[in-house]
Amino acid sequence: MSAPTIGVLALQGDVREHRAVLEQQGARTVAVRRPEELEQVDGLVLPGGESTTIAKLADRWGLLEPLRAALGGGLPAYGSCAGMILLADRLLDAPADQQTIGGLDVTVRRNAFGRQVDSFESEVAVQGLGGPPVHAVFIRAPWVEEAADTVQVLGRVSGGPADGRIVAVRQGDVVATSFHPELTGDTRMHRFFVELVRERS
Amino acid sequence: MSENVTADADTPSTGTDRVKRGMAEQLKGGVIMDVVDAAQARIAEDAGAVAVMALERVPADIRAQGGIARMSDPDMIQGIIDAVSIPVMAKARIGHFVEAQVLQSLGVDYIDESEVLTPADEAHHIVKTGFTVPFVCGATNLGEALRRISEGAAMIRSKGEAGTGNVVEATRHMRALRAGIRALGTLDETELYVAAKELQAPYDLVAEVARTGKLPVVLFTAGGIATPADAAMMMQLGAEGVFVGSGIFKSGDPAQRAAAIVQATTFHDDPAVIAKVSRGLGEAMVGINVDTLPADQKYSSRGW
Repeated sequence: MSAPTIGVLALQGDVREHRAVLEQQGARTVAVRRPEELEQVDGLVLPGGESTTIAKLADRWGLLEPLRAALGGGLPAYGSCAGMILLADRLLDAPADQQTIGGLDVTVRRNAFGRQVDSFESEVAVQGLGGPPVHAVFIRAPWVEEAADTVQVLGRVSGGPADGRIVAVRQGDVVATSFHPELTGDTRMHRFFVELVRERS
Repeated sequence: MSENVTADADTPSTGTDRVKRGMAEQLKGGVIMDVVDAAQARIAEDAGAVAVMALERVPADIRAQGGIARMSDPDMIQGIIDAVSIPVMAKARIGHFVEAQVLQSLGVDYIDESEVLTPADEAHHIVKTGFTVPFVCGATNLGEALRRISEGAAMIRSKGEAGTGNVVEATRHMRALRAGIRALGTLDETELYVAAKELQAPYDLVAEVARTGKLPVVLFTAGGIATPADAAMMMQLGAEGVFVGSGIFKSGDPAQRAAAIVQATTFHDDPAVIAKVSRGLGEAMVGINVDTLPADQKYSSRGW
């Protein structure tokens, strides 16, 4: 079976880390900054970063509509942290003009856990990954405030002040986590996504 | 380096190395802009800044007005925190650990222990490991960068020469860092001990850089970046992102210049984009020739 080609949205953020883990899992990766680069990919990862910056650059360089069209056409996508914000249909605590790509029928709250001094690491049990809970790194992270019935909740925070908050979701072939598996060496989330893309392509 | 803390299942842990360094990873490919009030912070956020640096006077004004430059007024920092949703950084004087404590209590997202402010200690930097908030520090070469990392810096920026609008020192420091990292890769184990001695840096960090070919933390550049081409050049020289101080709000059209520098940083390898965003930007900040600066006005020589 040939390796799937997975694009990583490369306007800003921890692009290199995502590409490294995806390649480790047998995918070819492409940095996506232009519409023509998006056309080559079988799946798309939206990295961590600053969601307002990424959204503005995508808008300025004519990438927002092609991204919406690709997601609407069934392109599998995985977003971590800022990537989750970009995939959300609705936002809270965002500048009024902040645009998203959408694709997940959820309301996401930006910087939901607080400021950087509140950023934390914790264990999160994620459905469908198998094995022990994921050691999850949350950095000025968002959470899913509300999810439509069609959205599958894959993981919640356990313990601490945010106990029970939704931090991993899936709707069809669109997956998102509040946390950053690309920073921990735990490759299960990326393996799961590469397999999903492989099945679809 | 090993992680500070391993989390138990039900006790979320804050202030770990991974959370501090990971925050800087999220800023990569982005531009961090100096701002002195809420209005400037909003312009920076609108232009696509990944974070703002709250300070009372931009470096060009500190140079012009002289006097002791200190941590900013908490009211002013709070005003900026309230005005934007992107991360807010603020500067503490080198060695001034109480300014750092105050900034942490205000909830700033990153502290810059900065040579742009007047140093508070001429021998010691802040021990940064004990703080929950992460620190970025300046460096002119690899040894200095590794000393700061050993004190707990979670991000490094090349110093350049702030407030000059002259990119020459940023170039010098980026090249020195890059050359230092490359040189370590050619050494065998025995030679690395000598390299650690010469760099005046801990052996473990020296060995880690030799093995991985990069710093263990994110490397940005700073000090003298005034144009989109300056930012792109620093990215091509290996910077992972850019601090712009006086270059934006001392120029003719800050909003447009800020947006142009953001785009040139993302598309740093595409001259056609850099050309496009560089058109019609109006006046750049008036620069200072670094050679004409008296020795006590060279900020990059502060820090030890």
